[in-house]
Amino acid sequence: MIRRYDIVVVGAGPAGLGAATAAATAGRKVAVLDDNPRVGGQIWRSGAGKSAADRWREQAVAAFQVSGAELFAGRQVVDATASEGTLEAWFAAEHTIESFGFEALILATGARERFLPFPGWTLPGVFGAGGLQALVRGGYDIRGKRVVVAGTGPLLLAVAAHLKQDGAGIVTIAEQASMGQMAGFGVSLVARPGKVLQGLRLRAELSGVPYRTGCWVTAAEGSEAVTAVRLTDGSRTWTEQCDLVACGFHLVPNTELAFLLGCSITQAGVVEVNAQQQTSVAGIYCAGEPAGIAGVDAASLQGKIAGLAAAGKIEAAAKLYSRRDAEAAFGHAMSRAFALRREILKLAAPDTIICRCEDVRLGALHGQMMDRRNWTDAKLQTRCGMGPCQGRICGPALEAIFGWRNASVRPPIFPVPISALCSAPVQDSEVSILESQESSR
Amino acid sequence: MSDLNVVGGTVTVRVNGEPVTLPQGAMLIAALLEVGVPCRISESGEQRTALCGMGICFECRASVDGVPQQRTCQIVCKEGMTVETQR
Repeated sequence: MIRRYDIVVVGAGPAGLGAATAAATAGRKVAVLDDNPRVGGQIWRSGAGKSAADRWREQAVAAFQVSGAELFAGRQVVDATASEGTLEAWFAAEHTIESFGFEALILATGARERFLPFPGWTLPGVFGAGGLQALVRGGYDIRGKRVVVAGTGPLLLAVAAHLKQDGAGIVTIAEQASMGQMAGFGVSLVARPGKVLQGLRLRAELSGVPYRTGCWVTAAEGSEAVTAVRLTDGSRTWTEQCDLVACGFHLVPNTELAFLLGCSITQAGVVEVNAQQQTSVAGIYCAGEPAGIAGVDAASLQGKIAGLAAAGKIEAAAKLYSRRDAEAAFGHAMSRAFALRREILKLAAPDTIICRCEDVRLGALHGQMMDRRNWTDAKLQTRCGMGPCQGRICGPALEAIFGWRNASVRPPIFPVPISALCSAPVQDSEVSILESQESSR
Repeated sequence: MSDLNVVGGTVTVRVNGEPVTLPQGAMLIAALLEVGVPCRISESGEQRTALCGMGICFECRASVDGVPQQRTCQIVCKEGMTVETQR
């Protein structure tokens, strides 16, 4: 059975909700698919933590709920064909694959965190920065835990403030960018008072917490879980005891589905879009972080523009262009201010695991013994990037470190049980792809 | 359906047989982190638990109600659910 809609939106974060609300309000039949059990995406992830409450989220969700758009939560898109206007989604709760038909498709697939490997980064207790915040919102009680927040970008401050609200003790915030590098960012913020106020509010919540610029983690220590980190400012190195580490090095746009559909991806690794947020493929739009990392306000606006444009309301969409473009400029300024320093690309030791799914170590990829030429060579020779995450974690790390880029995306773009790909009725006892990989070794 | 964010109330699940009570609406990974057991053992024998918290990295895989390789960060706790960590 295929469910047919005028417009299908993939992703129910700020961009996807904005798109679906705009298109459905314009009278179109709209479906929204999201892998997560709840709407909001990552930045508006709801749940158990105190910090989960957000006025903007409540407004966006309320508008979405009365728009008439239908939500399909817990659906992971695994395949799509632009020419046929169809996509397939894995619905784990029902152990089935569902088909959707569309006249127009809006990709609002969001972003993930970039991780850069350092010795000890695979220890339990080392999380993504946004990752730990998501886990807390998912009910993880961090009251009394000592947390080191490290990496780069304004997300670190927001995460630290939220973790503190939820009862964690923030040992230190280590921002790899130097004060000088960030000063340029501060200047560009003068034109954006809203963003400055947001930053100042977060700083007030973090009074008493050391915010170290030009500082980064060189290693996490511990045997069965992290117990301390090594920090450096480039000249001095010291140890901080901690229970948890929250580290993130910018965001990486989720472009796999756009790539699969044949949409042009720019040299910078984002989906190419025109003023209406339409990709290089007619009828396929992209909004939010996959079209360029620029934050929640940009995502909401781009989503609205894409939703209106896909519904044929070009004039209404055009009224939002100037605000959207100003937000994009903010994103560009942000990525320059928090550009990664060379030192943090060289932290991994030969025995540091790079690919966590397959436990491929740096020494197997690069160094005196081995020198893989590119991502494909690394995959074929070492199984790097061939585990269930399909290179979503090690790929961006290797792109930052060696400039290797993943040049192929094939369906299914997320692992699904073999049984789900067959037309026969599903049995619980059937073997999944993950298991069959492990038994074939 | 759109928003399962329920205030108040608790839910009890079992992690390797041990009961864990969490706020209503919590994800299964929260139960594993509460108990402090690793979700899985990696290819080379390392203990692993969640990294990304948002369904991307697959480090929080565990067996849920008998179905292996489930991402526990993407599953909302339901009363009586059982999670077994993966060796």
